[in-house]
Amino acid sequence: MAATEISRQAGEGARSVPLSGHVGFDSMPDQLVNKSVNHGFCFNILCVGETGLGKSTLMDTLFNTKFEGEPMQHSQPGVQLRSSTYELQESNVRLKLTIVNTIGFGDQINKEDSYKPIVEFIDTQFEAYLQEELKIKRTLHSYHDSRVHACLYFIAPTGHSLKSLDLVTMKKLDSKVNIIPIIAKSDAISKSELAKFKIKITSELVSNGVQIYQFPTDDETVAEINSNMNGHLPFAVVGSTEEVKIGNKMVKARQYPWGTVQVENENHCDFVKLREMLIRVNMEDLREQTHTRHYELYRRCKLEEMGFKDTDPDSKPFSLQETYEAKRNEFMGELQKKEEEMRQMFVQRVKEKEAELKEAEKELHEKFDRLKKLHQEEKKKLEDKKKALDDELNIFKQKKTAAELLQSQAQQAGGSTTLKRDKERKKWERCDQS
Amino acid sequence: HDDMENLEGYVGFANLPNQVYRKSVKRGFEFTLMVVGESGLGKSTLINSLFLTDLYSKEYPGPSQRIKKTVQVEQSKVLVKEGGVQLTLTIVDTPGFGDAVDNSNCWQPVINYIDSKCEDFLNAESRVNRRQMPDNRVHCCLYFIAPSGHGLKPLDIEFMKRLHDKVNIIPLIAKADTMTPEECQHFKKQIMKEIQEHKIKIYEFPDTEEDEDNKLIRKIKERMPLAVVGSNVVVEVNGRKVRGRQYPWGVAEVENGEHCDFTVLRNMLIRTHMQDLKDVTNNVHYENYRSRKLAAVTCNGVDGTKNKGQLTKSPLAQMEEERREHVMKMKKMESEMEQVFEMKVKEKKQKLKDSEAELERRHEQMKRNLEAQYKELEEKRRQFEEEKVNWEAQQRLLEQQKLDVTMEKNKKKGKIF
Repeated sequence: MAATEISRQAGEGARSVPLSGHVGFDSMPDQLVNKSVNHGFCFNILCVGETGLGKSTLMDTLFNTKFEGEPMQHSQPGVQLRSSTYELQESNVRLKLTIVNTIGFGDQINKEDSYKPIVEFIDTQFEAYLQEELKIKRTLHSYHDSRVHACLYFIAPTGHSLKSLDLVTMKKLDSKVNIIPIIAKSDAISKSELAKFKIKITSELVSNGVQIYQFPTDDETVAEINSNMNGHLPFAVVGSTEEVKIGNKMVKARQYPWGTVQVENENHCDFVKLREMLIRVNMEDLREQTHTRHYELYRRCKLEEMGFKDTDPDSKPFSLQETYEAKRNEFMGELQKKEEEMRQMFVQRVKEKEAELKEAEKELHEKFDRLKKLHQEEKKKLEDKKKALDDELNIFKQKKTAAELLQSQAQQAGGSTTLKRDKERKKWERCDQS
Repeated sequence: HDDMENLEGYVGFANLPNQVYRKSVKRGFEFTLMVVGESGLGKSTLINSLFLTDLYSKEYPGPSQRIKKTVQVEQSKVLVKEGGVQLTLTIVDTPGFGDAVDNSNCWQPVINYIDSKCEDFLNAESRVNRRQMPDNRVHCCLYFIAPSGHGLKPLDIEFMKRLHDKVNIIPLIAKADTMTPEECQHFKKQIMKEIQEHKIKIYEFPDTEEDEDNKLIRKIKERMPLAVVGSNVVVEVNGRKVRGRQYPWGVAEVENGEHCDFTVLRNMLIRTHMQDLKDVTNNVHYENYRSRKLAAVTCNGVDGTKNKGQLTKSPLAQMEEERREHVMKMKKMESEMEQVFEMKVKEKKQKLKDSEAELERRHEQMKRNLEAQYKELEEKRRQFEEEKVNWEAQQRLLEQQKLDVTMEKNKKKGKIF
């Protein structure tokens, strides 16, 4: 490494001291590598492209295995993402590879929302990592990283330009994932057309501000090859799992009447370049960029959304504890307020209902007062009538008694005092009539 | 590697380790080593021997040269380079440790230092805008035991007990050239026994999958604690130039495995387990610190027994869950209150209804009563009328009879009426 780099990377106040012998810390990279190899590696690829562009075949060809899955139909109602994880091993290196396929992309009539499930998927993986990172008791070192490390965007080999769906989708994805655009089924395009096509695509991407993944050129060991490859983007690829005999070797190829397209022949297509860049040279960088750039951006936005800041209004830095405590107090206050509100609402309802019922009770009492009064009147009338009858009865009784008395007297006296009797009788009759 | 490339079906991810190697070299490495022990135990000399450099020199004196009244914690940062690999090495001293008459709490500044480095890292990790996080956490603590031959001192035990769950402790027997191999063996056994008795967790070497490596590891474990000798001086022994301590009776060679365990220490500390020390610090000691810190924040004022199961969430997720719980609680409360309310209303309404029914009934009864009385009266009147009519009829008849009789009599008397 250059001397200037060393001093640049020195910590504050660190002075350089010479060593008088071999200490042995130059084994540190090996120690680190051994640990990583023991732990195993993990890589997640997202394949975005229309149905029929050979995404699955390309994956099979790249990783030299037959991944499971049936070829998809065009009749999907919306865009779905299907992910499958595979455990691969090459010499002593174990790789947990996850391939995520977009199903039904570009098949709908209205493609306005096509990019949404993809963005959602990527965000979901970031969110899961963020949640793990924020836990109190966390196990980050054994966490299975499901974040998307590379997005292979399959461009249809029209030979003209990008489709508007492509531009829209890539624009939505470029700040969330490393995009590597590739021209699919490129054996349909002739060499001259291909060059024009690549230029057109690149210029459209630039003019629309789409940021695709650039192979890193800051490390001397790979700077040259990476910057060279950057100029070949987008890679024009052909995939095939079928083998054809060329010379005395079996090679992966596609056989046509007019010739055989050899997948691993650099004159025929950029497959080898893609494999070189994606897997052999920059896999670790893709993973690192995802973690330090795309994930940090997501995390920053999410935390800011939740109201976290690094400094308070006076520009003094918040400690984590203060932030959490403040949030917690706010939160508790909110809950209490809600509880209070609900109680009040109930008190109100109770009051109203009580008033209602009181009204009803009052009405009832009034009704019965009225009835009572009526009843009293009726009773009085009855009493009067009764009294009248009793009076009549008494008069009659008296009359009857008097008459009988007279009769009995008359019978005793014989018949002499007729006149007197007549008088008496007439007197009674007069009384009677009155 | 070239052979592999031409192999049929070679994909290429076996190159990943190389990519990791490349990137790590570019990034450079950091390591923080703490040395603790009384003055005069040869700590500075050992560091200089370990790293084959004059870390401590006239310009930068070692801890024993700096006379302190109280325990200080000081760090020196140096940059060393070897084989293209760059290491930023931070050595943390504790001058004054164990030198006072009363050494109570002399470990506190050490604990404070370790915690404050963890705190720095936690804050850096928790920022919204995170940049490169320098790792200044203490990765390893070499604890120097005086070669008394008799066992651990109370201060040794106390210090290790307090720090074993905060940092990787590697106990060393200092100035091992003052003991014979037998004395040393005995001393080591004694120390290990006491360490086990007090349940002190010193740094443990992880087992690997390779049996061969495990054999080596077991050998190292048997020699714990490592008895070391350090020297800044190079002497000549049998034509070889070696680091050693010259005595009239011979040279104690630093790098001679039969003289002391220095080589074992160096190999373990630097050549094979430096990365593991960092990983254990990050994955175990730091995580313990962090979870303790965050648990304290979220469980403010809440009864501790309830929260054991909640530590698997982030404080925010926990708040979310508490919010959900609260919503459920409110719903339940609401429905309960609603129920009570409804029941009371129903009760009241029923009472009202009953009362109404009762009044109706009474009113009905009174009405019927009245009607009955009316009927009775009617009947009485009717009877009375009937009786009256009869009696009047009877009276008229009687009258008529009487009249007839009188007329008869009068006729007989010759009265004409």
